[in-house]
This record gives sequence, C-alpha cells and structure tokens, in this order.
Amino acid sequence: MNQELGTTGTGGARRRPLLALPNTGYKVLLAAAAALFAALVLWFLVAMVSKSRPAFSSLGVSFVWGRTWDPNTNQYGLLPFILGTLETTVIAMLLAVPIGLGCALSLGYLVHRRVKTVLSTAVELLAAVPSVVYGLWGLIVIAPYMRTDIEPFLSSVFGWTGLFNGPDGGVGILLAGVILFIMVLPTMVAISRDVLVAVPHDQVEGAMALGATRGQVFRKVVLPGARTGLFGAFSLATGRALGETVAVALVIGNSNYIAHSIKSGGGTLASLIVNNFGEASGTELAVLFAAGLVLLVIVAAVNIIARRLVRRTARSGATSVAVA
Amino acid sequence: MTALLDAPPDPILARRAEIRQIAAASVKRRRVSSAITLGVCQAFLVIALVPLVAVIAYVVAKGLPAWNSAFFTETTATDGVKNAIIGTVVIGAIATVVAIPFGLAAGLFLAESDGRVAGTVRFVADVMTGVPSITIGIFGYIAIVSTTKQYSGFAGAFAIGMIMLPVIMRAGETAFRGVPPTLNEAGLALGARKATIARRVVLPSALPGIITGVLLAVARGLGETAPLLLTILGSDFVHWNPTKPMNALPLVIYNNTNQPDPSVVQIAWGAALLLMAVVLVLNIGSRVTAAVLQKEKR
Amino acid sequence: MTEPSVAPDTVETDLGVNTGEVFVERDRRQPVMRLTNVGVAFAGKTAVRGVTFDVHENEVTALIGPSGSGKTTLLRALNRMHDTVRTAVVSGSVLLGDTDIYTGGIDPTLLRSRVGMVFQRPNPFPTMSIYENVTAGLRFNGVRNKALLEEAAESALIAAALWDSVKDRMKAHASTLSGGEQQRLCIARALAVEPEVLLMDEPTSALDPIATKRIEELVGELKSRVTIVIVTHNMQQAMRVSDRCAFLLMAEDKAGELIEFDATAKLFSDPADPRTLDYVNGRFG
Repeated sequence: MNQELGTTGTGGARRRPLLALPNTGYKVLLAAAAALFAALVLWFLVAMVSKSRPAFSSLGVSFVWGRTWDPNTNQYGLLPFILGTLETTVIAMLLAVPIGLGCALSLGYLVHRRVKTVLSTAVELLAAVPSVVYGLWGLIVIAPYMRTDIEPFLSSVFGWTGLFNGPDGGVGILLAGVILFIMVLPTMVAISRDVLVAVPHDQVEGAMALGATRGQVFRKVVLPGARTGLFGAFSLATGRALGETVAVALVIGNSNYIAHSIKSGGGTLASLIVNNFGEASGTELAVLFAAGLVLLVIVAAVNIIARRLVRRTARSGATSVAVA
Repeated sequence: MTALLDAPPDPILARRAEIRQIAAASVKRRRVSSAITLGVCQAFLVIALVPLVAVIAYVVAKGLPAWNSAFFTETTATDGVKNAIIGTVVIGAIATVVAIPFGLAAGLFLAESDGRVAGTVRFVADVMTGVPSITIGIFGYIAIVSTTKQYSGFAGAFAIGMIMLPVIMRAGETAFRGVPPTLNEAGLALGARKATIARRVVLPSALPGIITGVLLAVARGLGETAPLLLTILGSDFVHWNPTKPMNALPLVIYNNTNQPDPSVVQIAWGAALLLMAVVLVLNIGSRVTAAVLQKEKR
Repeated sequence: MTEPSVAPDTVETDLGVNTGEVFVERDRRQPVMRLTNVGVAFAGKTAVRGVTFDVHENEVTALIGPSGSGKTTLLRALNRMHDTVRTAVVSGSVLLGDTDIYTGGIDPTLLRSRVGMVFQRPNPFPTMSIYENVTAGLRFNGVRNKALLEEAAESALIAAALWDSVKDRMKAHASTLSGGEQQRLCIARALAVEPEVLLMDEPTSALDPIATKRIEELVGELKSRVTIVIVTHNMQQAMRVSDRCAFLLMAEDKAGELIEFDATAKLFSDPADPRTLDYVNGRFG
C-alpha cells in the first residue's frame, strides 16, 4: 500500500458529509486537532527562520555559497556541503532511475502473477530498514569492499573523466551515493510501478495489435504514457535522497572541504548539521539553523512538484482520451 | 471493376508488398531488441533485491552473536543496551500515545471536509511527510530542549511524534474516506444516534486502514535517528524518566558504529538486529493485518 | 443487405512477393481465412468451442449473438491476441491463406501486421500526434522511409474519411479529435500497415448514432481494400454492413458455440436453426 499518496479531496464535487454531525462539540474537537497541527507546522517554520536570522545578519547572504568552512577563522561557507548534497543525490539517482524503472516494468508487466506480491513487498521492505542500519552496514561491510575492489576498478575504467582522482578511501561521496541509491530505490520502484501499470491496457493492446514487440510496447507506449508520473516518482525519490542524514553521515568520510573527486570524503548539509549541532554555539549554531532551513526549503519544493506530477497521472490515467 | 493487364499496378498492393518485405526483414532485429529490453528489466529486478538480502543477512549474521544475556541486562556503559531499549520503548510509547488520537482526529476532520482550509491542511501534511527528519530534530530542539534548557526523552518523543503525526493523519483520512456513505445512512435510517454511528459503524469500517497506517507510522518513528541525535543526548543510566536525557537503540547504533573497538561495534550490530527486527515485524504485520481485515470486511 | 461479392476473375497482376514463409502468393478464389474447430479456453474453462467457417476475401463477415457468446474471444483468436494471456489455450486451426497462424511458423508480430484490429473504445496513443499515431504501426514494423510513411498515412486517412479534417493539423494531438474521429483515426492507423484482414470489435458501441453511421458507411467502402470481420451486438448493424454472418450462442456450460453461418440475407430472412430465428426476431438479447 503506498502511504505516500493517500487520497486527495474529491476534486471539488460536494460530497455528503460522512457523519452528518449535529454535535458541534464533536466538530470543534476535530477542527481543533487540525488547527493544532497547522499551528505546530507554523511554529516550526517561524522558528527555523528566526533562529537562522542571526547568521544572515552577521555574515550576510554570501556564506551560503562560501567555499570554506572553518569555525576557527569565523568562516562558515556552505558550498562544500551543498555540492556534497547534490553530488551524492546525483549518483544515487543515476543508479536509481534505470534500475528502478527496469524493476518497476518487471514487477508491473513481466513477473508471474503469483510472485508479484512477494517480490513487490520485498522491494518495498527495503524502505523499512532504518537508515542508521544502512549506515552501519555501509560502513562496516561495503566500505572495505569499495576500497579494495570497486574503486580501483572504476578508477581504471573511468579515470579519464577526472572524477576518480586521489586515493581509494572506501568511504566518500561515491559510497554515500550508492547507499542513498539503495535507500531511495523502493520509493522509485513502488511509485513507478503504480504509474506504469496505470497506463490504460487499451493502448498496450492497440500497440500489440499493430505488430509491436513487447520491447517496443514498453519503449513507445508504456514509458511515454506514464512519463508525468515517472517524473513525479523521480522527484519524490530525489527529495528522499536530499534529506537523508545518518546513513550519509556514517559513510561519507566526513570532510569540510569541497570534494575534488567522488572517491574523496565530503559532507552534505544534513551531515554537517548532525555532526556539529551538539557543540555549536553562537554564529556557528545560527549557520546550522540556516543550513537546515535551506535543506528544508529545497526538499519541500521538490516534494511539492513531485506530488503534483504523480497526482495528475493518477487522475488522468483512467481515461486517456475523451470520447464523444 | 476490371482493369487491363497493362494498366499501372494497384498502388495499395504495391505498398502492401513493400511493407511486408520491410517487416519481414526487420523482424529478427526487433525480436532481439525486445528480448534485450525485457532481459535488462528482469536483471534490474534481481539487482534491486540483492541489497535487501545482503543487509538482512549481514545484520542477522553479525547481530545474533551479540545477543547474549549481558546485551539485554547491562547498560551501554558495560556492553549492554538495556537503557537504550527502555529509552526506545518510552519515547516510542509517548510519541505513539499522543500522535494516534491527535492524528486520527485531524484525519477525520480532513475526511469530512473538502473546503479550502482542509485542502491547505492536507497539503501541509503531505509535504511534512517528506520533510528531512534532521529538520524535525531541529524543531524538537527548538521547541523543547531550548525552552526547558535540557535534553530529555520528552524532546525526543516530541520530534518522533511530529514525524508520525502527518503520516497518521493522511492514513486516517484515506481510511475514513473509504467508508461507504451508505453505511452511515443505513445507521441513520435505523434511528441510531450519530455518536453511536461513529463508534459502531464508521470506526470498524475504517479500522483496517487505520491499523495499517498506524503500524507503518510507528515503524517509521522507531527507526528514525537524526531527530533523536539532537534531542535526547544519550545516557548510560537505566531509567524510565522522560524528563531526563535518555538513550535509544538508533542512537547506540549511530554512536558505536564508528568506534575502533570491535566489541563496541558488535553492540551496534546487536542493536541493529533488534531494531530492524521490530521495524520489519511492524511493517509485515501491518500488511498482513490489512489483508486479513480487508477479507473480513467482505 | 447485399449479395456476397466475389472477387472478379479478371483482376490484374497480383503482386505476390515471396519472402519465404511469410507471404505466399494466394489463389484469389480461396477464402482468406479458414477456421476449423476453433476453441478458446481460459484456465481450463472453455469460452468458445468448435467454430468452423470461412472468411471470404473482400467481404464483411459479422460475428453476432447475445453478450457472453464468445464473439470477442473468437475474434481475438484470429490475430493471436490471446498470446499475452497466460491461462489462454487456443485449439483448432486458423488458416491465413495456406498457413496455420498458430503452428505454421509465422511470427506473431508479423501476423498482426497482416491481420489488424480496431477496438471497441478508440485508443489512439495520447503522447503521439495524429501523424505519429497513423504511422505508428508502420514504424513498429520497421518502416523508416519517410516517403513511404507519408504516402501510407495519406492513403489510410483518405480511406478512413479523415484526411480532409486532419491534413492541416497532423501535428496536433489525438485528444483534440471527437470520439468518432478518434475511432476513424484508429481505423486509419490499422489500415496504414496495409493488412489483408481487419478485425473490428464492436467499433461503434462507444459512439453516438451519427458517428456510428459514418463508420458503417466506411466499412462498406473499405471492404474492397481489406477483408473485414466485425463483431457486433447490434443486429441491425449486422444487417446493414455484412455479407455473411456467424451466429454464436452461449451453451449451458457458458461456452460459446457457432449455431449458424450463412449469407446475411439468408440468415436473417430464412435461417436454418430455430435459435437463430429467435435471435433475429429479437426474442432474446
């Protein structure tokens, strides 16, 4: 069951109230609950902004793209961490999109009906594993393997790109990206599968009846037909990757410098916050609040776009064309 | 319509022949291409399952040996996690006990109204389910730790509750919306009081969805680490008092992972197994419950 | 009600191109498709059984009968659409020309370029323009030559009585067309591949009366170009458009059976079987 989406309102049509409540006390109680929730969120946003303000008033805005993070010299540049966030997310999505789509197509159209539920559940259970466990596993199990086998191999094959300079550290941006890929894969697969299967069967049959092979049906009818929803799945997965904290902090080989290769250590906005929050005070603390605010805004924006895209597909999926 | 033998050939037939030829010539290429596409898709499915198996296998293999009696009776100061288990239970319980009624009430509100206000609240809840948990941790810090000048289990419960709340709200709304209006009307027709209808008719009908949503929310809440890192500080003492700093399983895992001493890392694996087992059981349990209750509904 | 038409003997050169097993020069006086004892079962349950009749070239053959009698199931067996259903088993023989479409070594995708299909609800591809829709079948089959694509598209759209409406907006999306126009687009799309047989599964049941009438006229015009097999639950439609009819009925075990197959005129005025008589007199639906 996809907890991400739930249902929307009934699109404007006036629905008869579920419990034609005469008891206003009851109604007030429900409304109060909703209002309290809204108030909490409002408090959250206001607090984030106000706690970040000292950073902007004492450092200006430029610290957001400042290149150096060195509290000792009062430099709080966030650029290394913004780049780190982007780099790890890009690596994760470069892997998650093809593998997620292939997996979703298989689950939606290729696997036998009887194993479909088991396999789908298995992929979705990947999302249930706590992120800190991924961090532990990534650091203890995968990092050594990265250092001794995978990174040397990739360096030899792709070294010419200039992305693989430097020593094989095991931990670093690359490992963080790979762990993130594993963590966002279930989101990508579950939502993609739903939108791919929502492509009206009419069209699939229409293509087959013209003499298309199954591969052609996938490439020319199913994938294009679901493209809005697929972009939504992509966005939701990206939002997840951007905001992930502990798994990344454990495997990224924490460094406060701009990473010069994807094998080197780095940091993300989230790992910066979690590593420094405990001991920070004054300007540094305010900057951390600001970093949290930046992260919040980016992830919220990505999520909003994503939900709009997925909803549009879900709504229009039932009727692909108007019939006179 | 007859045509003479030396008239120009019928263009349709000519085209038909040409198309047949092209189609026949390309069929092998197309078959191979299709087979490759399908093969790649299925290979990717296998690739996606490998990490799942690997993670579970390693956690079980490395965590099980850690489960000796000391693990469950000693505190984090002496190779055990008793205080962390208690902390996870206390924090989880507080968060759940507050978030469930709160979230279901708000969810019912959303299910009942389609107005602009409800629409905004729904939108906010949706966005909040995807917000980075570290920022919720910051909120918990600001709301409780800053104001009480103290790290505490309550602060952690507040943050975990804030994570669970929007999930329960939306799951609740979906479940309540799924109740067919006719059930309500039937109750009314039989002359029942409206509050009775709510209790006897609506709630049982929405129950499967509610249980599923709640179990999933709890599973998610228990597995979160980042909010705890900023709110509960950690502690080596065994106690049940949420007004003081506490420890919790995710925190133990996080703190122990990077340590050089292998016996400390061993504790992390043990805690990871325990945490993962609980979360997976809740997840699978929620699906099974949903399936079973759905069948009974019919 | 028309007399069954027979292809004139004096037709000019038949450009049969021999590409091995795929396209075999045919004797024009043979039926285009011969069904012998055709049956379809899903997971052991028979949906239709023992159907035997011939489909004659350049005629319209209608499959009629009340709902549930297996008409659509039978139709879909003629272009191997049941291949995608795991639990489906097709028995008997379906000959296209001289080759059995199931056992004769024909590639199913090639078969479907020779036996096209139009569905009950119009199903143009929403992400493609009108031009892309019409040429979709050709492109699926490997045709890349632009001149050929344009020529086939124009010919098909003219045959579907759509050319004048769309020739100036070929890049527009299919959703800008009305329901009846979309169905004609689907017909054009199927025609562009120049199939020998066109299967139509209740093509007008989702359309309004005016659009229905236009498509019925179209069917009459098209039969000189392709052989048509049409499923319809509307008796009057069958009377209007078809040359021969196959009447199917559901037996007690829910399997469809062929009751009678004959020229339309005869079937409706003087049927051999009393059940046919009941049906055409509207005694059951």
